Amino acid sequence: MVRKSIHEINRKIEDGDVNVVTAEEMVGLVEDLGVEGAAKEVDVVTTGTFGAMCSSGLMLNLGHSESPIKIQKVWFNNVEAYSGIAAVDVYLGAAQISDTRGIQYGGAHVIEDLLRGKEINVHATSYGTDCYPRKVLDTTITLEDLNEAVLLNPRNAYQNYAAATNSSKRILNTYMGELLPNFGNVTYSGAGVLSPLSNDPDYETIGIGTRIFIGGAQGYVIGNGTQHSPSTGFGTLMVKGNLKEMNPDYLRAASFTGYGITLYMGIGIPIPILNEKLAAATAVRDEDITTKILDYAVGSRDKPSIRQVNYGELRSGLVQIDGKDVPTSSLSSFKNARKIAGELKDWLKRGKFFVTMPVERLQGEGLVKLMKQTQAVPLVKDVMSNFIVTIKKSQTVQDAAKKIWENSFNHLAVVSDSSELVGILTAWDISKAVAENCFDSVESVMTKKVLTCSPNEPVDIAARRLDRYGVSAMPVIDMQRCVLGIITSDNISKLFARRY
Amino acid sequence: MKIKISIPTERIHNPIISESIIETGISINIMVANIDSTYGELIADVNDFRFDRIKNALEFRGAIVSILDRPIHRDDEECVECGACISVCPMNVYCFDVDWNVQVDEKKCIQCGMCIKMCPHGALKLGE
Repeated sequence: MVRKSIHEINRKIEDGDVNVVTAEEMVGLVEDLGVEGAAKEVDVVTTGTFGAMCSSGLMLNLGHSESPIKIQKVWFNNVEAYSGIAAVDVYLGAAQISDTRGIQYGGAHVIEDLLRGKEINVHATSYGTDCYPRKVLDTTITLEDLNEAVLLNPRNAYQNYAAATNSSKRILNTYMGELLPNFGNVTYSGAGVLSPLSNDPDYETIGIGTRIFIGGAQGYVIGNGTQHSPSTGFGTLMVKGNLKEMNPDYLRAASFTGYGITLYMGIGIPIPILNEKLAAATAVRDEDITTKILDYAVGSRDKPSIRQVNYGELRSGLVQIDGKDVPTSSLSSFKNARKIAGELKDWLKRGKFFVTMPVERLQGEGLVKLMKQTQAVPLVKDVMSNFIVTIKKSQTVQDAAKKIWENSFNHLAVVSDSSELVGILTAWDISKAVAENCFDSVESVMTKKVLTCSPNEPVDIAARRLDRYGVSAMPVIDMQRCVLGIITSDNISKLFARRY
Repeated sequence: MKIKISIPTERIHNPIISESIIETGISINIMVANIDSTYGELIADVNDFRFDRIKNALEFRGAIVSILDRPIHRDDEECVECGACISVCPMNVYCFDVDWNVQVDEKKCIQCGMCIKMCPHGALKLGE
């Protein structure tokens, strides 16, 4: 049985004879030497990831002005930051967007600009006190001028992340990038074989106090990240590092069209191989790491899973959906993940970086909770009209006119013989048929491309769809396309009339 | 070469494309076509040596023909080699090489602009 201590490994690092491999190289080593052989041979395995990590930000201290100000509101290059902490402490969130440039520029860009040595405009306001009399402040700063500039990221380095696709008929602009209609592409994030937490899934060496590579500097894991969900394999890390020691190669602002700003972070974590179990864990391959492909056409937090997929398939460039080859896009950079694992390996070999044991382990069990909502948005089934008039597609236009007249109902759902929804017919369609003197079957005059919704969709999603396509009603259908009711703009306006 | 054929409103009802193909006997491969009752714009691939003849035939009938010689340009400083562009490109301009660098084959580009919107780092522009 192999047993090594952190001290033994650090002594080897100091002596310059430590054996370090990247998580990618470890796969082959374990295949060749076996788990025990590799555990004896290898002292440290390095991991790396470089991708969009929205939950990031900068804690900074501006120093005191003359006369002093207790900052109440503050903007950096017109990007607002949070200053409800003492007088000149500020937290600038990476995803905050500019007041003037919208999603073209945001907190992440300010952080990158600071790192590149650029001057940043600061505008601050306050109410003024006896001890902090100043009410307005305007100045320019660079990174050097700040007392502290600490990157403090509440949720980075997701253990696993679902891939994205789109079953709808229009392009979706999401934080998973541009998703093409009719399953036109799949996008994914994560470094697979090199992913830090996937190489230590029991959080045996990655925990509170673990020294890491962050943005090109040495930083630390300070706890589990927000939304840490270890029981589902979605662990996350909260990390910190000194921006003044970072390198813009490993910290890059980004903007997703139609979504907003994010920060691409480079994170690398060394895993000391203390025993065989860690050697086996770090031999994880792309093919062993699975995730789901979720359908972003559903604008709900519960997106349906289209299928399971592993990182080997995702990284091959094509995945199969319904027998069709669908091209994939990576949103994180494998090249940079590899560069980070390589650089960390180099630091260890040159005695510039020492490994640590966690001061405390991360929570190994637990689930992320969903939001408690006291003012729930009603569902379509709560407000729809259960009364709906249907007509068979083979009936005549005159039958349809009669039905509309008798029921004083403006929308007829057209159904097939097996009661499936096949179209919709309104008084307007009938007027058009009359005007064009075209009295055929209902089928020939109805609208065939019907917008529909499901009974369990939130009303606001349905309302947005009515608005986008400029229609006044949608049939509500079940999975078998059977008509359950209809939701009209009238139903929705009544909902608000009742409430206010 | 890739060419753009614009059809102005006053000629939209004439079968310009078919007539030009029949007259010259030159086949063109239409890759993108946006035509409605007011305007038409097509992107097509045509043999370099036959370009002049088909251009003359199309322009004689009122179309405007231009060569697409401003393919996509990548800013290597901004690009982080993520590969977001790969799956949205209809022409397979982008691919990874063995070291996971994103390779750009500008010759295939039809200037549709899909990748420009997709790139999170603003690294892609139509070339000058």
